[in-house]
Amino acid sequence: MSTFAQVLLDGLLAGMLYALVAAGLSLIWGVMDVINFAHGEFLMVAMYMSYWLGFLAHVDPIVSWIASGAFVFILGVLTYRFLVSRCIGKAAMAPLLATFGLSMFLKNLCLNRFSPNFRILQSTLLEGKKILLGNIVIGMPQLVTGIFSLLLLFALYFLMKKTRLGWAIQATAMDREAAELMGINTDRIYLLVFGLGGACVGIAGGLLTSYLAVHPEVGSLFGLIAFLIVALGGFGSIPGALAAAVIIGLVEALAGFYIAPVFKYVAVFAIYLAVIMVRPKGLFGW
Amino acid sequence: MKTGKLEKKDLLWIGLIGILAVLPLVPGLIGNTFRAHVLILILLYASMAQSWNIVSGYAGQVSFGHSVFFGIGAYGAGMAVVTYGLTPWPGLLAGAVLAALVSLLISYPCFKLKGHYFAIATFAIVEIFNRLFMVWDWVGGALGLDYPILPDGWKNFVWSETKVGFYYGALVLFILIFGIVRWIETHRLGYYLRAVREGQETAESLGVNSSAVKLSAMAFSAFLAALCGGFFVQYNYRVDPPMVMSLDMSMKFVLITILGGVGSFWGPLLGAAILIPLQEYSRAYLTALGSGVDLIIFGIIIMLMMIKQPKGIVGILQDLGIGQRKKEGEGN
Repeated sequence: MSTFAQVLLDGLLAGMLYALVAAGLSLIWGVMDVINFAHGEFLMVAMYMSYWLGFLAHVDPIVSWIASGAFVFILGVLTYRFLVSRCIGKAAMAPLLATFGLSMFLKNLCLNRFSPNFRILQSTLLEGKKILLGNIVIGMPQLVTGIFSLLLLFALYFLMKKTRLGWAIQATAMDREAAELMGINTDRIYLLVFGLGGACVGIAGGLLTSYLAVHPEVGSLFGLIAFLIVALGGFGSIPGALAAAVIIGLVEALAGFYIAPVFKYVAVFAIYLAVIMVRPKGLFGW
Repeated sequence: MKTGKLEKKDLLWIGLIGILAVLPLVPGLIGNTFRAHVLILILLYASMAQSWNIVSGYAGQVSFGHSVFFGIGAYGAGMAVVTYGLTPWPGLLAGAVLAALVSLLISYPCFKLKGHYFAIATFAIVEIFNRLFMVWDWVGGALGLDYPILPDGWKNFVWSETKVGFYYGALVLFILIFGIVRWIETHRLGYYLRAVREGQETAESLGVNSSAVKLSAMAFSAFLAALCGGFFVQYNYRVDPPMVMSLDMSMKFVLITILGGVGSFWGPLLGAAILIPLQEYSRAYLTALGSGVDLIIFGIIIMLMMIKQPKGIVGILQDLGIGQRKKEGEGN
């Protein structure tokens, strides 16, 4: 029984982090109808940022997530200004393929500069710390990352639902031309949304370094899982992303433990396909 | 029908095949050179891209799952040789038929999904196949299948002395696939495909059975992609899941076609003729700059192309006034 609870808890914590990664993608997708294919690579860049800050300047991930988040915010803004804004509306698949080109560029640039080696940050503040609940072990890095992700997700939800900026973003998502007529600078909104989406995944990446090794391929799987979560939750929906992320996290943990570790992603992708066949627009999609 | 235009296009096509067919007769041009390797890859990747173009270019259903069909073809030929000690030919045929069947099974439910949802579903399918093949002992698992040493010739479809055999093999594949697409383009199925791409509801209201049209395009496309996979495994003497069934391989189908010009007959060839030499020569000559330089360049080219001309090289040529055709057959 305690094994089962342990597996559930691991899945839940992983799901909370996935939710933050996916929320950034969902925001961009929901507002602009653009898939940012470089989303996973944004995560990788954030992890490298946090790793080097920790390794060279001895800044702990518990602080350096701010720098990672800010860095990827800027990266997102630049990506929108110089890449995405120039191919939006030209052809249906142009932004997707352009950001795929960016992902290839970033991944191989990091491979070229930092080698394919796995790098893990040593002697961080939370390293090795655990909470014991009976037979259940909770790793502090995972717990802090999970809870922090959840808090940020609430903050993002609040931003979207309760502030003028959030309303402007929602209005732009519903109808760009109408929003423009209401005096909203929609180009500025798009820029900001791309930055915010980047900041979400940047912060997630910054926190992840406290327990996960960074390497040039690390973003690929996270990116793919984020696509599934967004499509499963229904694009643009933050509660949808959270629900879908928790489902994915739990399925991954349960299948990995009770079937076999190699089948955990097979189970994740199969669950996604099964749900999408019944609800083609995702759980919370409209 | 603009018969004048069609004849001109056919002349270009026949002339190109003629030139490609006599190339190996020029002494020292093919042989066992790096140039031969690049030419073979151009023909192979152009064929792969054209097979993808049928369902994604002409019919507008953008699939990121073609490495699954490619991989099934590769494993068909590979298992016939390695596991069963046969020639690759029965395996090639079985793999291609199986790929077409698998494509129907996958597409039947997935065609209900629209736009990005369809694309992401095909990603998921690639990952599922990749991971299942990695642990499936019958197909060699993560280690894959390594070819034994076999006598050269068409029977085994391997050559170790010279690449001329592989060159002609790739050329046959190229003529077959481009010929089929040429046929589809000028016959009823081609018009149906484009009608479905431009507006499924409108096409249906005019009596086009859109799901039958899309499914048959997918089956054709998967069958031909699997043939390319069979060639690929023979050429590399080995196969493992990341080589053939991966998102990266799927993206090659997509990128070459898109960079050349999606939904156009010459697009896949133009895309392959520019990207493949670039990739192979930069990989060979820029190694001093470290690993991944070829893919960095690749990434930059994709970004620039999407910014400047998402219609690809065909679009650039049209801007320059070359190969101007009437609207039909052009993608966007």
